[in-house]
Amino acid sequence: MAQESLDHLIRTEYAAGFTTDIESDTLPPGLDEEVVAFISSKKNEPDWLRAWRLEAYRGWRQMTEPAWAQVGYPQIDFDAVSYYSSPKAMADRPQSLDEVDPELLATYEKLGIPLHEQEALAGVAVDAVFDSVSVATTFRHKLAEAGVIFCPISEAVQTHPELVRKYLGSVVPPRDNFYAALNSAVFSDGSFVYIPKGVRCPMELSTYFRINEAKTGQFERTLIIADEGSYVSYLEGCTAPMRDENQLHAAVVELVALDNAQIKYSTVQNWYPGDAEGRGGIYNFVTKRGVAHTNAHISWTQVETGSAVTWKYPSVILRGDNSIGEFYSVALTNNFQQADTGTKMIHIGNNTRSTIISKGISAGRSSNAYRGLVRMSPRSSGSRNYTQCDSLLIGDRCAAHTFPYIESRNPSAVVEHEATTSKVSDDQLYLCQQRGIDTEKAVSMIVNGFCKEVFKELPMEFAVEAGKLLEVSLEGSVG
Amino acid sequence: MLSIENLRATVAGKDILNGLSLQVKAGEVHAIMGPNGSGKSTLGHVLAGRPGYEVTAGSVAFNGVDLLAMETEERAREGLFLAFQYPVEIPGVSNMEFLKAAVDAVRAQRGEPPVDSVAFLKQARAVCEQVSLDQSFLRRGVNEGFSGGEKKRNELMQMLLLEPRLAILDETDSGLDIDALQVVADGVNHLRDPERAIVLVTHYQRLLNHIEPDFVHVLAGGRIVKSGDKSLALELEAKGYGWLEEEVA
Repeated sequence: MAQESLDHLIRTEYAAGFTTDIESDTLPPGLDEEVVAFISSKKNEPDWLRAWRLEAYRGWRQMTEPAWAQVGYPQIDFDAVSYYSSPKAMADRPQSLDEVDPELLATYEKLGIPLHEQEALAGVAVDAVFDSVSVATTFRHKLAEAGVIFCPISEAVQTHPELVRKYLGSVVPPRDNFYAALNSAVFSDGSFVYIPKGVRCPMELSTYFRINEAKTGQFERTLIIADEGSYVSYLEGCTAPMRDENQLHAAVVELVALDNAQIKYSTVQNWYPGDAEGRGGIYNFVTKRGVAHTNAHISWTQVETGSAVTWKYPSVILRGDNSIGEFYSVALTNNFQQADTGTKMIHIGNNTRSTIISKGISAGRSSNAYRGLVRMSPRSSGSRNYTQCDSLLIGDRCAAHTFPYIESRNPSAVVEHEATTSKVSDDQLYLCQQRGIDTEKAVSMIVNGFCKEVFKELPMEFAVEAGKLLEVSLEGSVG
Repeated sequence: MLSIENLRATVAGKDILNGLSLQVKAGEVHAIMGPNGSGKSTLGHVLAGRPGYEVTAGSVAFNGVDLLAMETEERAREGLFLAFQYPVEIPGVSNMEFLKAAVDAVRAQRGEPPVDSVAFLKQARAVCEQVSLDQSFLRRGVNEGFSGGEKKRNELMQMLLLEPRLAILDETDSGLDIDALQVVADGVNHLRDPERAIVLVTHYQRLLNHIEPDFVHVLAGGRIVKSGDKSLALELEAKGYGWLEEEVA
């Protein structure tokens, strides 16, 4: 991008004012230091953050895309991606649901999504839909009374710079990995949460992340800090599929659980997986990690049914003594979807405990891999891990892989790993059919039964939605 | 109720049923006996519509309707029930959930709304007791970790709750101790009804000491080679199947 036009853009946007400008402005594709600086200026960020982004960018330039995951996709041209976009102009969007892909609407219908939410999800020109720029969240008043801060991270940079500066990148350093470095350089927006000492957050915090603009990379950045003795449950995502073409998504989520704090982070991810032939779909390369201090407790629960390619390992660093890390996961792939997902449990403190329950379901021609690391560091004594890793195959053209890595450097550590692979058998389906239950209902019952241990970790209403979601995602998977 | 004419069927390209005919009327209990490999179990699966079991000739009418034209689940919803010889496990799916899904599917066919959960639980508990299974079996996964005898009782429980019009029991008595056999017999006798027909596929005469059949048929080489009343079963018990095979040949 020419320096001149960029400067021009920066100046004019500045003049227009960032917060009031709702019309779409999307940067031309490509990434260099000027683009990073542009994003930072656009958000009116302090110098330290601009420097932080640039440092991440320089790190990213020296890194190469990881190739070890059990996934295959065409080479991503990072110079063909646009790295900034604020909401699209109302005029460019579908004006009503009549203009939206009927197949998408049919899916919304099956999931029982209310009409106004359908509009929002399909990107119809209604006020509440944005991408890249976070929506002002409701209930803020009630949260403020409890002293809870829940706001877009771009806002937190302005209003609570000391907290952001202290913790941003403290769990996932800017040069942690290729995608995290990219995210650190160009992150658009995301959520910021701070729970003060001893406070139990009065409600479950939830955010819908939405990608609406075609060919726009989405780089969410979420930072959650639970101060000493506090508790928070955070819900991310939604069950409805997102309309889209191939899109790069590289989010970073950092959790900090200080002494005696607890963070429960639940995700339901159902981004567009591509069509039945494997065309289109979102590439989802996510870095999620939490640090648990003394007696702290972090649990990740995820239900992953979307995206063409998923690369995601929500992890816990068990830094403090007696800290607890948990990972409960359901990953379902159908058609040509590929998922390489799992977790890392890094035991550093004494008497730390971690539990991993992973349920992978493969249907169609999809590939589903569990990849997990359990590390018991030399100074961590009396620590334990239990891992259970189950795969369920539907049909005979799909694949399931398990890659458990166990590094135990302390003789007092106890690490248990159990893995199973099973198939939805013709005999099971026959038994169901002979009792009058049709095949689709039977498969959905069997899959839901398989996932039960994970679903019970989800908040109630999320669990019901998740069950329904699996049913819809598996439609037509048994012929 | 059930009219089988000259039925021929193959499994994996092998002829198993070779022109089998059988008439079953409402209210009757038929016992089908025969040596190993004679096609007893195949008959049950062909009637139930097991995928891979191919009918090559003949016809089956169930209450006047062409049974062979119906999908597996449709046959079940019309009231055909097969108690499996080797019931499979469905881990994670609770027995209760499974039972309710089955009962609701049958009810939907009759245009009835889903059964009330509370009332159904009460009914299921009563049936659980009737077949001497602990209530905890309702919460456990379908057949998950059940012993052979428990699986058979579980089949019986499903049958009692579904109240089929035609119940086919595929060697439900095999591998059962004497107490369990009595439970199965009591269950079947409980279901005896002028509106209902029961077909017992069995190797042994001992089940028929507890359930008195109206007719006994001997299946050999994929056909019914001899029919009679309950005395035929006693004769078989005494003489084995050899003499019949000789007689037929």
